[in-house]
Amino acid sequence: MLAIVFSLLSGIGFAIGLVISGMTNPKKVIGFLDIFGAWDYSLAFVMVGAIGTSFFLFRYFVKRNPVCGGEHFLPTKTEVDKKLITGSAMFGIGWGLTGICPGPGIVNLVTRNSNALIFVGSMIVGMIIYQIAEKSGVIK
Amino acid sequence: MESILYPLIGGILIGLSSSTMLGGIGRIAGISGIMGGSLKKPHKDESWRYAFLIGLILGGAILISFKPELFQYEFSFSGVTYVLAGLLVGFGTRLGSGCTSGHGVCGLARVAKRSFVATCTFIGFGVLTVLIKGMF
Repeated sequence: MLAIVFSLLSGIGFAIGLVISGMTNPKKVIGFLDIFGAWDYSLAFVMVGAIGTSFFLFRYFVKRNPVCGGEHFLPTKTEVDKKLITGSAMFGIGWGLTGICPGPGIVNLVTRNSNALIFVGSMIVGMIIYQIAEKSGVIK
Repeated sequence: MESILYPLIGGILIGLSSSTMLGGIGRIAGISGIMGGSLKKPHKDESWRYAFLIGLILGGAILISFKPELFQYEFSFSGVTYVLAGLLVGFGTRLGSGCTSGHGVCGLARVAKRSFVATCTFIGFGVLTVLIKGMF
């Protein structure tokens, strides 16, 4: 039960952070990616704030057991492979096309804008296609 | 100064929320991973995923009811563009094991090599896409 509370609060805080920072505003994100045009560098400070905070808190928390018990579920892979590069490249193209990444996409559902809805719906379909491809052995 | 203040405060809030996940339940707050996992067969042990996703929508809902002016922006491209982008983002983040939150925030905070490569790749391709799109 406590795990649910932690996740819920974390989700709420994350969403508020995304909106306040400007990450949910597609125009602002495209401005950040437009470094050869009218570059809006302000969103770089989202990374500064987020990484700076987590860098120190992660180091603290990793040394201690999670409050809800159990272990840490941290990625163990260290090898840079084709899947990582290809997947990140595809994600980057999709991100650049509309200025929306997964978190802001979900938060923007509250605007009830039809294009925001279409984006999240298609994103879910994309994830399911990946899962089917992985399960059937097309992607190893 | 004000233009970087909000991104900075929002970023700190994102960092605190990611840390809450790690310190509370030992999980990485990677949104594409959490969402992808939630699309598999429902399982009781995975209920934290739904709680986090509901929290994301709840956080947005709270803000839009108190400060609707924060959402004064448009989704001005064609429907086809959103379909294509959604498919690429959904498939790509699963294939690449993460997105802006999992690789760009949590992974970089953990100084993970894979996340550094992933972040450079998706920002690079994002920049390239905006550049090419601007030519037409």
